[in-house]
Amino acid sequence: MNLYVLLKMVPDTVEELNVSADGKSLDSEFLRFRLNDPDEHALEQALILKEKHGGKMTVVALDAPEVDDVLFTALAKGADRAVKIPVNQAGLGTVAAAKVLAAFFASAAGQITPDTLLLPGSQAIDDLEGELAPCLAAALNLPYVGVVCGVRPANGQATVLKEFAGGLRAEFEVALPAVLGIQSAERPPRYVPVAKVRAVMKSAKIETVDLTPPDRLIQLEIERMYKPEAAGRAQMLEGAPEEIADKLVEVLAKNSVI
Amino acid sequence: MVNAILVLAEQLRGEIAEITFEMLGAGRKLASASGAPLYAVLLGSEAAPLAAKLGLADKVLVADNPQLNLAPANTIAAALKTLMGQTQAGLVLLGGTNVSVGIGAILSAKTSLPLVNFCRAARTEGGAVVFTSQLFGGKILSDVKLADGRGIVSIYPGAFPVDAGKSDQTPPVEKVDVPVEAPKVVFKQYIEPETGDVDITKQNVLVGVGRGIQTQDNVQLAEDLAQVLGGAVCASRPVIDQGWLPLSRQVGKSGMTVKPRVYLAFGISGAPEHWEGMQNSQCIIAVNTDPKAPIFDGAHYGVVCDVLELLPILTDKVRARKG
Repeated sequence: MNLYVLLKMVPDTVEELNVSADGKSLDSEFLRFRLNDPDEHALEQALILKEKHGGKMTVVALDAPEVDDVLFTALAKGADRAVKIPVNQAGLGTVAAAKVLAAFFASAAGQITPDTLLLPGSQAIDDLEGELAPCLAAALNLPYVGVVCGVRPANGQATVLKEFAGGLRAEFEVALPAVLGIQSAERPPRYVPVAKVRAVMKSAKIETVDLTPPDRLIQLEIERMYKPEAAGRAQMLEGAPEEIADKLVEVLAKNSVI
Repeated sequence: MVNAILVLAEQLRGEIAEITFEMLGAGRKLASASGAPLYAVLLGSEAAPLAAKLGLADKVLVADNPQLNLAPANTIAAALKTLMGQTQAGLVLLGGTNVSVGIGAILSAKTSLPLVNFCRAARTEGGAVVFTSQLFGGKILSDVKLADGRGIVSIYPGAFPVDAGKSDQTPPVEKVDVPVEAPKVVFKQYIEPETGDVDITKQNVLVGVGRGIQTQDNVQLAEDLAQVLGGAVCASRPVIDQGWLPLSRQVGKSGMTVKPRVYLAFGISGAPEHWEGMQNSQCIIAVNTDPKAPIFDGAHYGVVCDVLELLPILTDKVRARKG
């Protein structure tokens, strides 16, 4: 198989997020970045597919803070190639990002063969213009399935499992090549020791593929960004853990569950 | 003539999804403000019998074609593009659900109209429409303007009232033909939900755990509390993805929707995908180390502390209270 995993960095929401002075974007000064959660699963799913069916696995990312670490980690986990496209991801909408990636897949560095799967994460927390997977599928005129939680390739197609709601899922048959938005891998993402990542940093290289940056970063007209005002803030219970537990017992009793 | 508004009625297995009524209610408000007609779209032979339920629409467009049953996003986007042309529609509302995922992005590419994702609120400003989207797990809101009121909007489930989209009236129904190309994605079969040992939708008390529970071993602390309360443990997506609890215990977008009398959320930040599945619990108690966790904006009671420290103490106190 010819597997491409598309990796995207997103702000770590564990940190406090602030709006910048222009009122239309995130303040990047103290922003910490991490790999988008579903992308972590896309990476794992590709590793599983490579182990089962063989082939070549390439991870691709646009430029963003800490992205080199993520690419080296992917190599340490078993990816064959890591590609960085030096187009800054900051402020780039999904449509523009898909255009840049579509140009990569039109180049010699990103050949799409009949046994190719493009595996982005199913969605990201900053997908204001929509998810990358369907945008990319539209740009490349490839079939697409999203919210995928299982992939079984055979005979030029793949049987994929898509999540609906309430635990209901369904199987679809998809002709290859295709774009699958991965929600969760068949197994939890693997851990790779830091020492192994360090070793890979010394022995392996990240390829750079230069592409023209898009002239328009975002299609949408953002009027402003702001923090939500709590509609109804929770009644906060304070004190030492013992006192809090006493108060919670009263709340549970009041709600007739004890 | 003002451009029509289309709502893609979402349905699965012969049932209209609640998001459809949310969209109709939101669409009706926008239509009233601009004077535009509001049309609901039903695609597929299984959908056709459901038209009568969409009385809030000025008209229901029905494409009674079995090739559109559980059709891929690309096929549905192509059908919507055709209908936009036939009805001179400028605004399309879609469900921000797993069922409809991807349709908006592909329709946006096909029509060159912008897509606004994660929409929670809408208002008109003259001929323009301003949509509010929630980003970064609900920590930031963004107002996006469609200056000419034309675009594609994906509506976040639970953001608009369901009741505002219901009507006793019988809507006019128009059968429409849309060309369908041979799809490259074909539905094979449903995989029914795993029946777990416990049905979390039928519990009075749920003890929910999220990333803050940290390890699989710590899940036992929540099990202990659930046991003395006579309830069950459930979880947000990261815990399920780690394999620490079975899929049957997942609450949220892909998982179950629960409405217990009391929902205790331990180490759950309150990302919109989880909130969607438990927001209608009668009493929500949230415990988290992060005082800025979005869950405190919706919970009834909040506690900022170490969940691993509080859990065993609370279990003991409940046990003592129950004697």
